[in-house]
Amino acid sequence: MSDTFFSGAPHWAWLIILYFFVGGIAGGGSLLAAIVDWFGAPEDRPVARTGYNVAAVGAIISGALLTIDLGRPLRFWHMLFQSANFPTLMFKGWSPISFGAWGIFLFGLFSVLTALGGMAEEGRLHNPALRAVGGAVRGTLAKVVGGVAGLLGLFIAGYTGVLLSVTNRPIWADGPWLGALFLASGVSTGAATLILLAPGRGATEQSLARLSAFDTKALVVELLVLVLFVASLGAVNRVWLSFWGLVLLVGVGFGILAPLRMHAQRRSLAGAARLVLLGGFLLRLATIFASEGIERYRVAAGM
Amino acid sequence: MAEAMGFFTDTTVCIGCKACEVACKEWNQLPAENGGVRELSGDSYDNTRKLDGIHWRHVRFIEQFKGPYDGRWLMMSDVCKHCVQAGCLEVCPTGAIVRTQFDTVVIQSDVCNGCRACIAACPFGVIDINPVSGTAQKCTLCYDRLQVGLEPACSKACPTDSIQFGAIAELRTRAEKRVAQLKSQGVAAELYGADPGGPLGGLNSFYLLVDKPEVYGLPRHPELPTTNLAKSGGLSVASAAVLGLLAIVGLRKRRMDEQSRGGGGNV
Repeated sequence: MSDTFFSGAPHWAWLIILYFFVGGIAGGGSLLAAIVDWFGAPEDRPVARTGYNVAAVGAIISGALLTIDLGRPLRFWHMLFQSANFPTLMFKGWSPISFGAWGIFLFGLFSVLTALGGMAEEGRLHNPALRAVGGAVRGTLAKVVGGVAGLLGLFIAGYTGVLLSVTNRPIWADGPWLGALFLASGVSTGAATLILLAPGRGATEQSLARLSAFDTKALVVELLVLVLFVASLGAVNRVWLSFWGLVLLVGVGFGILAPLRMHAQRRSLAGAARLVLLGGFLLRLATIFASEGIERYRVAAGM
Repeated sequence: MAEAMGFFTDTTVCIGCKACEVACKEWNQLPAENGGVRELSGDSYDNTRKLDGIHWRHVRFIEQFKGPYDGRWLMMSDVCKHCVQAGCLEVCPTGAIVRTQFDTVVIQSDVCNGCRACIAACPFGVIDINPVSGTAQKCTLCYDRLQVGLEPACSKACPTDSIQFGAIAELRTRAEKRVAQLKSQGVAAELYGADPGGPLGGLNSFYLLVDKPEVYGLPRHPELPTTNLAKSGGLSVASAAVLGLLAIVGLRKRRMDEQSRGGGGNV
């Protein structure tokens, strides 16, 4: 038996699963927006603007979900500042939840700035203060701020898996691949979200085709990492002989294999994107609850 | 720093009276119910089943019976191990978990915000949320009593001295003598967590066991959660690099293809 089976479950449930999902989309969307911004064509600009908006909204939702999930939500700032020595910063470079809190804070800041810049560019800001801020984020500055938001997005998409690995829980700590898996899933779900939302912001067919081609590659990487993740678990894999194993299987079938097939057959981009989102959610659902559920067996066995 | 203090628990003399559980609950004013819910198992003498936010001591009852008259009871009063290298302290993002002058590990309830990272980090399943405070809680090794020269409530209440409190160095000497005595009587006794060169730098609450650690619900090789950090982080960075390159190269190549088809200029 793996030594991880003796630890206790942290009761990370729906709010955290939603955060992992939304944070992944926001991080992936931000990364793709920055890449399109830096390396794409001028006609790809609507995709970049959509990505920055997805990142900003996702970062705000992520912060809210994390705060609500705390046992004492009003003390959320204890993660950023030392409560007894305010305003001394609270930061542990070796604790994923500590550097993740700072990551979310900075990601929110930069993604909101880039989103405001994009909205100002489209003339969609009516509030004078927001218009002033958005108007300032343009040209080279907008690219730099967007690039930082993209790098932070990459971090947000992946650190959640690292956070799970840096525990003593079954599945999460039994292999080193969860960070890479969540990152790949975050990028593929981010691309899927942009495929669904960017047409509403004026994205061209060519832009969407480029996104779709990338999503195919991201899904292949995700599938490969998932195989490596499962292989690294060894004997712990018996935990998948449960309802959550079935959920994971459905997630892989409908969320990775089916969209890959649809991309190969050049069928509905939107349909494939919806399935990718479903798969990303089920992956997190299965990974979290399969480990959380082991608590019941631990208690039943008097451990 | 004062001398390192802790517990040596000799499971061979535990009689399962639970005086330690009661003394702990009474001194620390811990509720009987978990958020208004009675969680007693009702199917064993081991009614409380585990350590958590309202059970900082737990007397484990292990039944090893092949037949009605062929077997034995093992009993062990379990508690936070106050690890020399503590995973909970390592990951706590608020600084709520601190090491005291007695080398014990304490959660400051007024600083903790209930993020629960410490629960998943502890290899022994010691910590959980206390529903009254909404914060993570566990044994403090009676830090308040230690500060005024009193011994912890549980060891004070233990009628058989199964739980012994004292300076770690002295407890280790005592534990080794007891192991030698038991071995001379043919009992397969081993110490768990007494070796400062062992896992987690040794445990400031260590045990004398007469069966495998797993039988008592203890991991054989407990590890710090950050053991995985470099590998997991490295693989994430590698995967990020692959995906980033795929996106950039794919975007450039497609644009170049489109431009060459349309006879366009530079990319």
